[in-house]
Amino acid sequence: MRRFYRNARRTWCIAAFGAVAGCAALVPPEPLPAFTVAGDAIPVPLVQAAGDSARGRTVMAGRDANCLLCHAIPESGERFMGNVAPPLSGVGARLSSAQLRLRVVDQSRLNRDTVMPSYYRVNGLTRVAEAYRGKPILTAQQVEDVVAYLQTLR
Amino acid sequence: MIRRFLQAGVVALLLMQSVALAATSPRSGITYAGADVRALQADDFANPGMLWVARGEKLWSTPAGRNNKACASCHQEAASSMKGVAARYPRIDTATGKVINIEGRINTCRERNQAADPLQYESEELLALTAYVAHQSRGMPVAVVADAANRPHLERGREIYYRRQGQMNLACVNCHEQNAGRKLLAETISEGHGNAYPAYRLEWQATGSLHRRLRACYFGVRAVMPAFGSDELLDLELYLARRATGLTVETPGVRR
Ligand code: HEC
Ligand code: HEC
Repeated sequence: MRRFYRNARRTWCIAAFGAVAGCAALVPPEPLPAFTVAGDAIPVPLVQAAGDSARGRTVMAGRDANCLLCHAIPESGERFMGNVAPPLSGVGARLSSAQLRLRVVDQSRLNRDTVMPSYYRVNGLTRVAEAYRGKPILTAQQVEDVVAYLQTLR
Repeated sequence: MIRRFLQAGVVALLLMQSVALAATSPRSGITYAGADVRALQADDFANPGMLWVARGEKLWSTPAGRNNKACASCHQEAASSMKGVAARYPRIDTATGKVINIEGRINTCRERNQAADPLQYESEELLALTAYVAHQSRGMPVAVVADAANRPHLERGREIYYRRQGQMNLACVNCHEQNAGRKLLAETISEGHGNAYPAYRLEWQATGSLHRRLRACYFGVRAVMPAFGSDELLDLELYLARRATGLTVETPGVRR
């Protein structure tokens, strides 16, 4: 939580930039490289290099993705994990890599009302703070790493 | 004709409903807090927010500005003159037609009546005076009434409350209504009421305003943060107060 609500001086610079950058919001963000959704999945990986599950595990707990804000993962070693979302244990057995990829990329395509952020999307967002504007939460490689890790949760 | 009339009726109903009160009774943030935090808030000798209240009490009778007047010069004993004020705030300032909260009212008094410079939002002085004034209503029911003057602001506040925003694309309602009681990492999400502010947060190691807390929520979803005292935060504060009908003023609250 401390990471999520880091409230120190950074707050101030972002506020200052936000005010100046009001007009930049009108310029649509650079589109992300295209990917194809088939049914409830994205069958083709976003990047050629294979995902690395160890790196994916680090991304999950890191402050960009912050998956553990909402989800619990089965292994011990994490002091705090949220329960806003279903626990991810066994998710690799329930869902294929292709299905997991769409859920990480843009869960809102499966559930319009979801509270899960879209991790690889830049369009249709409003009032994004300057520091994050036009950027997806995760890079294509990070998405693949996370998918590789989720696949190990069987 | 009848159809138009019905349509108008539906619109009116929707408008009424949108600023109406929740069907279930609201729960204060303190009821979601751990036993340690609840104990701190309950004991005036341990509650660190009481330090700000005590500073505010001193400032209340300290003359300021070119008129060399203190708050007490006009309002005498805060215990009687300020009792119930925080329960009715924020309100519409008749002079400007805008929403005014306690901080804003204190600064208006400084400028108009004391001929003093307005205090900075989050300055120790403004926090102390606000905490002191609000503390005079502790235990009183929050009672912001919807009327013709504040309705557009209540509507706007409600819009903001339901608006998804930021890189995480979340609205206030997603956390504080749909997920109240669940854990976000280590923090239990409450219903997001403002009735305890200014409040002492252990994370801040200080007392802070409701606007500081709200900005932290904006920051959390990676959204552009509105300025302290901005129209946006004032409209939201008004909507939150209306939404908190049924709770009592807790200032100074203690939170994690
Ligand atoms: C703010 C809350 C939140 C965050 C942060 C979050 N999720 Fe989710 N996630 C959800 C919710 C809620 C669901 C349930 C489905 C729904 O509501 O759309 C879900 C569903 C999922 C599913 C499908 C689970 C199943 O059994 O079908 C996967 C996989 C998933 N999330 C992975 C992740 C990963 C990986 C991250 C971080 C990169 C993440 N989530 C971050 C809220 C969140
Ligand atoms: C991603 C989740 C999330 C979103 C979205 C969010 N908040 Fe919060 N909010 C929290 C958490 C966590 C806390 C700290 C625990 C608590 O008191 O609820 C908090 C605290 C608060 C508090 C203090 C409650 C108290 O008793 O001290 C208020 C008021 C509040 N939020 C209002 C809002 C408003 C208004 C919005 C929208 C502009 C908003 N929040 C958006 C997670 C969120």
